[in-house]
Amino acid sequence: MALATEPFILNIGPAHPSTHGVFRMRTTLDGEVIVDVEPVFGYLHRGIEKLCERRTYKKNIPLTDRLDYVSAINNNWPYVLAVEQLAGIQVPPRAEYLRVIMSELQRIASHLLAIGSVMNDMGIFFTAFMYMFREREKIIDLLEMVTGQRLLYNYMRFGGVSQDIPTEFLPALAKFLKVMPGYLDEYDQMLAENEILLSRMKGIGILKPQTAIGASTSGPVLRGSGIKWDLRKAAPYSVYDKLEFDVPTGANGDCYDRYRVRMEEMRQSLRIIQQAVEQMPAGKFQGRVPLRIRPPAGEAYAQIESPRGMLGCYLVSDGSELPYRCHFRAPAFLNLTVLRELLIGQKLADAIVIFGSIDISMGEVDR
Amino acid sequence: MGILMSTLPPDWPGNFWWHLLVLTLLLIGFLMTSVIIFIWMERRVIARFQIRLGPNRVGPFGLLQPFADVVKILTKEDIIPSRADKIIFWLAPAVAFVPVLMILAVIPLMGGLALADLNIGVIYIVAVSSVTAIGIFMSGFASNNKYSLIGAMREVAQLISYEIPMLLALASTVIMAGSLAVSGIVAAQSIPFILVQPLGFVIFLVATLAEINRTPFDLVEADSELTAGFNTEYSGMKWAVLYLVEYSEAVIGSVLITTFFLGGWRGPFLPPIIWFTVKVFASFFFILWIRSTMPRLRIDQSMALAWKGLLPLALLNLFITGVKVVFWPALSPWIAIPAYVFVTVLLVLLWSRLLRTRRPALGS
Amino acid sequence: MTTELSISDTAARLKAHFGEGVAPAGDGLATSPELLPRVAGYLRDTAGFDFDFLDMMAAVDYADRFELVYRLLSLKHNHTLTLRVNCDKNKAVVPSLAGLWQGADLQEREIYDLFGISFNGHPNLKRIVLWEGFEGHPLRKDFKDGAYGAGD
Repeated sequence: MALATEPFILNIGPAHPSTHGVFRMRTTLDGEVIVDVEPVFGYLHRGIEKLCERRTYKKNIPLTDRLDYVSAINNNWPYVLAVEQLAGIQVPPRAEYLRVIMSELQRIASHLLAIGSVMNDMGIFFTAFMYMFREREKIIDLLEMVTGQRLLYNYMRFGGVSQDIPTEFLPALAKFLKVMPGYLDEYDQMLAENEILLSRMKGIGILKPQTAIGASTSGPVLRGSGIKWDLRKAAPYSVYDKLEFDVPTGANGDCYDRYRVRMEEMRQSLRIIQQAVEQMPAGKFQGRVPLRIRPPAGEAYAQIESPRGMLGCYLVSDGSELPYRCHFRAPAFLNLTVLRELLIGQKLADAIVIFGSIDISMGEVDR
Repeated sequence: MGILMSTLPPDWPGNFWWHLLVLTLLLIGFLMTSVIIFIWMERRVIARFQIRLGPNRVGPFGLLQPFADVVKILTKEDIIPSRADKIIFWLAPAVAFVPVLMILAVIPLMGGLALADLNIGVIYIVAVSSVTAIGIFMSGFASNNKYSLIGAMREVAQLISYEIPMLLALASTVIMAGSLAVSGIVAAQSIPFILVQPLGFVIFLVATLAEINRTPFDLVEADSELTAGFNTEYSGMKWAVLYLVEYSEAVIGSVLITTFFLGGWRGPFLPPIIWFTVKVFASFFFILWIRSTMPRLRIDQSMALAWKGLLPLALLNLFITGVKVVFWPALSPWIAIPAYVFVTVLLVLLWSRLLRTRRPALGS
Repeated sequence: MTTELSISDTAARLKAHFGEGVAPAGDGLATSPELLPRVAGYLRDTAGFDFDFLDMMAAVDYADRFELVYRLLSLKHNHTLTLRVNCDKNKAVVPSLAGLWQGADLQEREIYDLFGISFNGHPNLKRIVLWEGFEGHPLRKDFKDGAYGAGD
């Protein structure tokens, strides 16, 4: 006897505990199985690209912070790199190392939030989240020491950074670098071999390498599928070619691999920070920058490896004080291309975990 | 009336109706007090697990927090969705709550002191505990909300699946004690059944967690997926009753674990009621411990665990218990306990290997 | 390190295939909208190029035209190439590359939403960041609404 069933439409979001921001997924469910998903974007669209065209170059730096508000320092970087390329501004070595240190600290903080959120979505009821946020607080305290801000730092400037580090920063950083690996081990102890976590994440949301490449994914999503592509190694910017670190990849492309890639990347970031601190020379923290920035007409494209993937800024200048066009290549936006494919055929509970493992930040997706 | 009278200790003052009244009030008082303390314990203990403080503003150590919560809930507007099925919507919290109170009627709080010590107490408990599922399903169904409906469906599926292992684990204790009356089972626990029946304890613990919708089986009210599951559309007093149901079930779960496996009110030195309370609170603490550390299972994984994992183990447990009682009734506990613990560990490891997800190696 | 792809060599190879429709422009190549899918397909599938990754797509509103900038990346050879396509402002229609690279899907929808450039052959060309029913295309230079000059 065949039961008469009919699929029904369930709106997940925009205001939902697990959508990491205002994102709406219009899912068509047949029982617990998803048969179709229509992602609805735009709830956080603020028109940042249009706003950039009306402000001078320097005023746009705080605006870029608001792109991916979870890892704000990384967003300044492609923009200032693009302007430096256009205007021919040199960056002194100390500033490069400072940029690297702050960005890697921010990478750790961002991954902590990403992993904590996924664990929370799976039902650990904030315990893993709280533990990881304890570490994120330490990082935010360090960044506050330098920039005065806790979330949206506005730290980088054309030709360097906005201010040098205070004297208490390096000892505090050394203390942090000493205890952090122990905390990462603690997370691994709690989570990595947890039976329920494995059964919820292994084999779920498998992203095949060919699909990942064709869909322009990047960051841990791409590396989780086994493709060893990291801009810091493939097209090194700043001083990354002088720093030694590994690029972790996953084997299967499931949620568990993406989670492991992020955990490993945190360890590698600690290595990078350690080396950067040792190699950092004394000197100026900002290069020579004209008072009014008027890059010559032309265009530039600069990319960095942000915690979510390849973040890029395409800048077109017409020689005036305002940018002509400023486009941001947002990794979270492009990573969402695969969302529909990954979700169809999965159960509702898995959909939340898969979505969390792609790790988006709505500020970047909608811009 | 004759049966009920015969369960009174011979020196009990007054007659049947006094007994009924006093004990009803006592049990309701016990339940309510336990619920209030459990609410406080939950927030405070889980907070300590999460390296934060928990409520500490309302009263010393936040002890008045549950009262503040109750005041807040009662002052909220009682909204009924316009397209909800009003009668069922209204009845559901009551249908969910009453069975919980009814279970408490057969539990002996201390030697001989139970509201109604039925000589088929175990069967009564299992029967009545299923009715809560109807209440929860009614609340999810009547809400006219897809999230609630999904929650309600999951609830019914899970509850039915876990009834059977729970019943079989209880049946093993009945075989050990030779009596279906709850007081008889407590009386037979000169050695607590947790030692004598380790496998039964594990099964019963897992099944109880699933019955009371606690992590790792709280997919019924999964915050991150279904907003609030079956109680999404409830507010005000009706929500307060459903909230009460959730905690009362936690109390009942702890009480059942205490009575059937931890020896109930038995214990040296301290008065029995103190022992009972301590054991109930210790069980709840363990339940909270699991809640703050474990992620939740998916519905199909939870059902797989019930049917493929717990049910065969429960049958094996019943078989082994039966064999032991028939062939070696007078086996010394020094041999029986280690042997059974060894068998339990073996079976649990074997079953988890059978049910385990395949694990390919990590890349990099 | 990113290997440098010689623009003149690339242009020569593509000219051999596609004739005058492909020409060097800036630090990349320019082609016409009609030839775009074939050129892109050739770049993706030919050994030696292997541009399997569409890094970025952006549109720029110049005074007399729209310019679409595609940045292609080859993960295998680690080289990049910029493709430019000009299209008319009044008749802004360009073939879609969503069939070649799935990553073009959302980006083309965004460009349609914010610039009004239509993509032929796109499976689901709807507004993406703005709501359905929004009038106009904000990133155009002549967009007038609210803060951007309406009522001036």
